[in-house]
Amino acid sequence: MRRIPMRQMKDNQCGTIAAIKANGELGRRIRDMGLVPGMPIKVQGRAPLYDPVALRVLNFTVALRNKEADFIEVEVE
Amino acid sequence: MKKEPIIALAGNPNSGKTTLFNALTGARQHVGNYPGVTVEKKEGIYTTDGTRIRIVDLPGTYSLTAYSLEEVVTRDFLVNERPDLVIDIVDASNLERNLYLTIQFLELGIPLCIALNMMDVAKGRGIAIDAQKLSSLLGVPVVPTVARIGRGKRELMETAEKAASTEGTPPLRISYGDDLDRAIVEMEKEILQHQFLTQIYPARWIALKYLENDEQILIKGEGENPEVSKRIQKVVQKVSDHLMATTGSYPEAIIADQRYGYIYSIIKQGVLTQRPDQHRLYHSDKIDKVLTHRVLGPLIMFLIFFGLYHLTFNYSKMPVSWMECLFEWIGNAASASLPEGMLKSLIVSGIIDGVGGVLTFVPLIMMMFFGIAILEDSGYLARMAFMLDRVFSIFGLHGSSVMAYIISGGIAGGCAVPGVMATRTLRSPKERLATLLTAPFMNCGAKLPIFALLIAAFFKENEALFMFSLTLVSWIGALLVAKLLRVTVIRGEPTPFVMELPPYRFPIFKGLLIHTWERTWQYIKKAGTVILAISILLWAMMSFPRPPVSEKNAIRNELKPAARSGAVQMENPQARKENADAEVALRHSVAGRIGTALERISRLAGFDWRINIALIGGFAAKEVVVSTLGTAYSLGEKIDAERSGPLSEKLSQSAGWRPLTALSLLIFTMFYAPCFITVICIAREAGSWKWGAFSMIFNTALAFILAVALFQIGSLLGY
Repeated sequence: MRRIPMRQMKDNQCGTIAAIKANGELGRRIRDMGLVPGMPIKVQGRAPLYDPVALRVLNFTVALRNKEADFIEVEVE
Repeated sequence: MKKEPIIALAGNPNSGKTTLFNALTGARQHVGNYPGVTVEKKEGIYTTDGTRIRIVDLPGTYSLTAYSLEEVVTRDFLVNERPDLVIDIVDASNLERNLYLTIQFLELGIPLCIALNMMDVAKGRGIAIDAQKLSSLLGVPVVPTVARIGRGKRELMETAEKAASTEGTPPLRISYGDDLDRAIVEMEKEILQHQFLTQIYPARWIALKYLENDEQILIKGEGENPEVSKRIQKVVQKVSDHLMATTGSYPEAIIADQRYGYIYSIIKQGVLTQRPDQHRLYHSDKIDKVLTHRVLGPLIMFLIFFGLYHLTFNYSKMPVSWMECLFEWIGNAASASLPEGMLKSLIVSGIIDGVGGVLTFVPLIMMMFFGIAILEDSGYLARMAFMLDRVFSIFGLHGSSVMAYIISGGIAGGCAVPGVMATRTLRSPKERLATLLTAPFMNCGAKLPIFALLIAAFFKENEALFMFSLTLVSWIGALLVAKLLRVTVIRGEPTPFVMELPPYRFPIFKGLLIHTWERTWQYIKKAGTVILAISILLWAMMSFPRPPVSEKNAIRNELKPAARSGAVQMENPQARKENADAEVALRHSVAGRIGTALERISRLAGFDWRINIALIGGFAAKEVVVSTLGTAYSLGEKIDAERSGPLSEKLSQSAGWRPLTALSLLIFTMFYAPCFITVICIAREAGSWKWGAFSMIFNTALAFILAVALFQIGSLLGY
């Protein structure tokens, strides 16, 4: 198990959210989408220009920019 | 008589809220705006066994913070209007995240009933939900529904009616951990003791909002009692520091964690059971593998753009021409029945032409909204934003901005009016404003005749290349101006993109029709009011004052050489005289005088009074530039925008014109003030006339600077 920023995750890689370092509006938006510590996620894919990134969380898909993903740390195998 | 009860529908975006609203109210809907903001307010009436219930469709939200307009509007409606009941539409296939909003409703202590929607989708995904259990754990009624086919609608409304008439439950109290709980109790005491905002919100909720640093509540609190507000903030500061030191986290993050924790504690009590196939690909994911594929994705997107474009502009051609015929017929009928004179001119040229010009767009706008509704309801619009965001975010825009650009004429030929209206699908306020202010730079269908005229006159050899370059220039211009606006007047951090990519769904036809009609109707309503007034004003500017007979002759003599210099000679002397009269009258009018007065500055860009008048006329509608130039060059008023052959020949041989003049005019036309219909739409969509005025002044100034720079540098280089 190691902790990496979400940006470094590869397509189809799974992990568990370890920490969210964003505050204010961005933090709130991330949390509203169910992205909280302990939540398992999977990188579903990336847009044609490699940004934004699409994540599978629970039963839905959420997209966020790489810049925003930088605030999320993920524990991966 | 008792007032009819109000039931509000609330829930996450994509939870089927609007579908349920349509199913409940049918076509009996009223669309307005919440006071002072551009968020749509939809209301309808549900009738059953003689009772009428007012249904309000609140905007879809994920949370009840104060960050987005939608959330503030929802919150304000709930506490100010106090609906008798809120039906919270919960997507059963995404129970955990949807309950996050439900919990916040319960904390606010509003009477609630849950519609557990999309039970069919949940079932298909192997999710089973015990509605009874959920109901007893949350303490509110829960009714399973499938809004798409209307299942559960009756039971839902029966339950809702019952729930609306019973006493509400006290606000939910969740434990937020020892540290926060202690702070909350301390704040509650302070709040209750001074009755601080308690007539509007529950005390514990106020304390939570202070912990979350909620801007709206902080401002309200400051206004209510600055002393108490300060004391509460002190408690917040203390506990925040403590939490930061011990856990390295903010109170609002802990609050969110605890809310999800509470949701899991409920779900784990046998409410939800899911087949263990977490990594199975849903249909939607399979579609995404193709539609957002690195290579295929953009390709298909381009085809879809093209298809939408084709649908909107080609299939609407016929109904648009019927509308044109209709108004022409009305115009002719009015001409024939009215006596010669100013009244006739006002009615025919002012009112019928002006309002008709707007109404003929109706079929086009309907088609366009229909196309967008399909993209929106199917879930594809979100993918377009996903794929294009990387490019648009560079310029301070949002991936969804592309829609407005394309419709406004991004591929050449479109209309800024529906383009500006299409920005409604954008939920980031700053990006939205920047988009709707720059979309009019695209080359709409009305600018094309002007381009065609000038290109035919001066750049005949490279027609296709020129058209393509103009499209490119308009994109570059729009994006650069967007960037400029985003670092100056609409400055600010980009709104987070964080966006749900909803599963693909087959759109419901009835929903599409309702969607299309309500937006079209808003456009039609405008034609009857503001647009009528401005049409009359522009008509008056171009008709008054009328030249006295002596002056008419004098000017006519003065103009004679100019009129003769053209290569095109009129066959009919009577027509020639009428055309010359029209030219004289135009020059003498207010518009003509303004045009003449402006000549001194406009010379810098190479424009004479004739071009100036034409550009003033272009404010009514861009294609008017061509017909006004026709009048100014004594070719008669009936210059057809599509067949401007004689005019283009005349321009190419006229003394004041050279290729550089044409280029300068091309650039000016592309960037100057949008037509007034667009300006009205901008003011409406931006929520303030300030932005309407801004787009007129700023765009014209920008266009003038560009045209002057081009003309002066070109002249220096000897062109």
